[in-house]
Amino acid sequence: MMERSSNNNNNNVVELSRVAVSDTHGEDSPYFAGWKAYDENPYDESHNPSGVIQMGLAENQVSFDLLETYLEKKNPEGSMWGSKGAPGFRENALFQDYHGLKTFRQAMASFMEQIRGGKARFDPDRIVLTAGATAANELLTFILADPNDALLVPTPYYPGFDRDLRWRTGVKIVPIHCDSSNHFQITPEALESAYQTARDANIRVRGVLITNPSNPLGATVQKKVLEYLLDFCVRKNIHLVSDEIYSGSVFHASEFTSVAEIVENIDDVSVKERVHIVYSLSKDLGLPGFRVGTIYSYNDNVVRTARRMSSFTLVSSQTQHMLASMLSDEEFTDKYIRINRERLRRRYEIIVEGLKKAGIECLKGNAGLFCWMNLGFLLEKKTKDGELQLWDVILKELKLNISPGTSCHCSEVGWFRVCFANMSENTLEIALKRIHEFMDRRRRF
Amino acid sequence: LSTNGSNLSSTPEATTIAAAEQFPMRLIVPLRGVIQGRGGLFVGSLIPCCLFYFLQLYLKRRRPPPSDPAELPRTSSRTNLFSRGNSIGRVRVSSRAVPVAKPSDSPYYIGLERVKTDPYDRIKNTDGIIQLGLAESTLCFDLLKRWMSENLMESMMQSDDGEFDISSIAMYKPFEGLLELRVAFADFMSRIMGGNVSFDPSNMVITAGGTPAIEVLAFCLADHGNAFLIPTPYYPGFDRDIKFRTGVELIPVHCRNSDNFTVTVSALEQALNQARKRGCKVSGILFSNPSNPVGNILSRETLQDILRFAQEKNIHVISDEIFAGSVYGDKEFVSMAEIAGSGDFDKSRVHIIYGLSKDLSIPGFRAGVIYSFHEDVVNAAKKLMRFSSVPVPVQRILISLLSDVRFIEEYMRAHRQRIRDKHIRFVEGLKQLGIPCAESGGGLSCWVDMSSLLTSYSEKGELELFEKLLTVAKINATPGTACYCIEPGWFRCCFTALADEDIPVIMERIRQLRESSRS
Repeated sequence: MMERSSNNNNNNVVELSRVAVSDTHGEDSPYFAGWKAYDENPYDESHNPSGVIQMGLAENQVSFDLLETYLEKKNPEGSMWGSKGAPGFRENALFQDYHGLKTFRQAMASFMEQIRGGKARFDPDRIVLTAGATAANELLTFILADPNDALLVPTPYYPGFDRDLRWRTGVKIVPIHCDSSNHFQITPEALESAYQTARDANIRVRGVLITNPSNPLGATVQKKVLEYLLDFCVRKNIHLVSDEIYSGSVFHASEFTSVAEIVENIDDVSVKERVHIVYSLSKDLGLPGFRVGTIYSYNDNVVRTARRMSSFTLVSSQTQHMLASMLSDEEFTDKYIRINRERLRRRYEIIVEGLKKAGIECLKGNAGLFCWMNLGFLLEKKTKDGELQLWDVILKELKLNISPGTSCHCSEVGWFRVCFANMSENTLEIALKRIHEFMDRRRRF
Repeated sequence: LSTNGSNLSSTPEATTIAAAEQFPMRLIVPLRGVIQGRGGLFVGSLIPCCLFYFLQLYLKRRRPPPSDPAELPRTSSRTNLFSRGNSIGRVRVSSRAVPVAKPSDSPYYIGLERVKTDPYDRIKNTDGIIQLGLAESTLCFDLLKRWMSENLMESMMQSDDGEFDISSIAMYKPFEGLLELRVAFADFMSRIMGGNVSFDPSNMVITAGGTPAIEVLAFCLADHGNAFLIPTPYYPGFDRDIKFRTGVELIPVHCRNSDNFTVTVSALEQALNQARKRGCKVSGILFSNPSNPVGNILSRETLQDILRFAQEKNIHVISDEIFAGSVYGDKEFVSMAEIAGSGDFDKSRVHIIYGLSKDLSIPGFRAGVIYSFHEDVVNAAKKLMRFSSVPVPVQRILISLLSDVRFIEEYMRAHRQRIRDKHIRFVEGLKQLGIPCAESGGGLSCWVDMSSLLTSYSEKGELELFEKLLTVAKINATPGTACYCIEPGWFRCCFTALADEDIPVIMERIRQLRESSRS
């Protein structure tokens, strides 16, 4: 609650809204507390080698050189980027149409098709641009659900959803509990159970929201699960949102099935129009600073509505302009996607091997910028508090900021998400070394 | 009445019909018959009932009723799932989404859409519709273009060793804007507002345009169902910006030509009391200064009156100062920030909106500002910026642009001068036709009194004139109705995207329209 009065003349403290004073933004959770520790003492290879290594931020820095090389070659003196002689500074400056630049939407559609190996087609007119996937998820939630309605979300899930899906929208999240017995895949029983839980609490379920590949699991969702999910959504007459923000970060393209592929062969509009995909350039292309996200919907009404609402979260015309030609250069994007996958796979192998040598197992993953590590065996108390205590030790003693499963609403304690793509290989080796030493010390006692 | 398992489609008409089919109707119709007693109790009550219920039956047959989404509809089995001809229910969107996709009935949007179908071009389409409905300026594009061509790349790729390092623009940065950008904005705003007020970068949050700025403030200051008082006429876009998602209401506070459309405390008082009577909680006052659409500049006294009133009633004040740098008249612009900082009032209730779309003519870049004296509002707004932040490369360009003091001074001088010149020409042209304008000192438009062209001095007459201007004279000007002006005949005409030679064309078209309607 706020308690301010900044002026002596006035004893009336002016009120703020519920949204402003709520803590649904979740920034008091350990997920964010670790970031603070990092900010205060950030690791640096040369200047601060004993600082906190940030392994809690899913950022992709492994393929920057590819972007740089391309831009240097194709964009001498910024010609591509609107400075010298490039088409329309004027158009750039004035353009604020929520439809978005047609060339840019075409580029996005083409990029998304390439990531899926051409197994699904994307219509540029169904692409709605938003300032990041965060905004896309929130926008979809506003459109698909009313305050006090719910979305079913499988656990463990990205901690940011608590904020993105609930804060301003007033919508609830009802978890679909998954556990390690089947590699955290969604089961029909868990799905029905979550739905029933909502009904028992008199909460109206409006949709299921999955992340595929999953964050924090770092694994793709199986095709048969996707088919079952769509069937479930049809039976309950609800929406299916698939956040595919890591689709380009799957190590082997053949292992990823997008919900777009499932829908591709369906003609029935009443089935298709409940499916919506969220995408962004923040992870696959490593450009979170550009704030480029998209909602792709098979529902005309949702596309129209999202477009209009996107005025609150438009992608800068400058950004669209800058990225349109790069994303439509198929030769480049093909090469980029391939090499990016390869490098992420390599990183994944390094970290999983390294952890294995230290006696730590991870979930078998095949995608993303992180691995899902099991430290359950290290917990003194197999409780949430036990997990948070261990997390605190890892932060303070090992100076590693990793994300505890608790903050991802995991129903099993002891799991941690560890990011590996936002640092050099060197730094990764140092982090692994710290873990080895820690495990050695523990073994001695 | 059986349900066939299919659901209500998500069309707006369907929703309104559903709304009409309410319990009260079912009660009132038979009761009315009873009370009237005409044709006897039996006939008087039965016939209207029957008619009404038959109507309902007819409507229901045409369109299936909403089914409870919590129930399992009697649909096909899994094996038939993907085959055609299935009676699977149509999935619905939320009720708050329903009005958003509807075609707008506001002349503001209708006019903008119409221009797109047949836009005027000095060379290629001289018969097209001339756009006077969009508050944009192209008057100083030459200066901006020159700056961009000289500085764009450097400003974006700023790195110490001169090598292009993409990580400086690619990675996550604080969503509320880089500190250097907030510092640059603070300095810029102070400069364009006459240098009498200073802005603290730590009270500032950078947003992806003025639109999210106003929405975020609404989310922070008012709950769903609360209201802001807003003097009329007001910018039609506020309806969407505020009402789309926040659920906050806008209560018009009517201003009159006799006051040059300046809000009075008594009008505010009256509006507030009326709101309270119907149980609506007022959270704040929202106004623009320089005002859109009138273009007048609020005096220091008026600003003090507003703040004093807000303090008395314990509500917020939001001052949208997005046109602050587009002041061309003789009247001095005073920012609400200056009044707030004077120490005479509780400043924690004061919030300012700003942006670069109007003063710097770069709406496409999407850069706006929330400036608040309330620490908790700043903190909440910062966190909400994850949904509406400015891309890092664009931030770097803006840092460079706003800190280039020499350029900014040159630009602002030219911007003000050119608006002033254009304004004089435009108003003079209208004056020749005997059409007066309201007194204005800022903004990109003038508030034109076209009442002499109305066939009837009413809203209907005004909308007819709007239509004639659009279809016959082929000019898109925003009618006062769209801005909730209670006096008919006023139109907002934006003149800052016009070349000098366009003005006589416009005046001629208006003249011809007037001639043809006289005959």
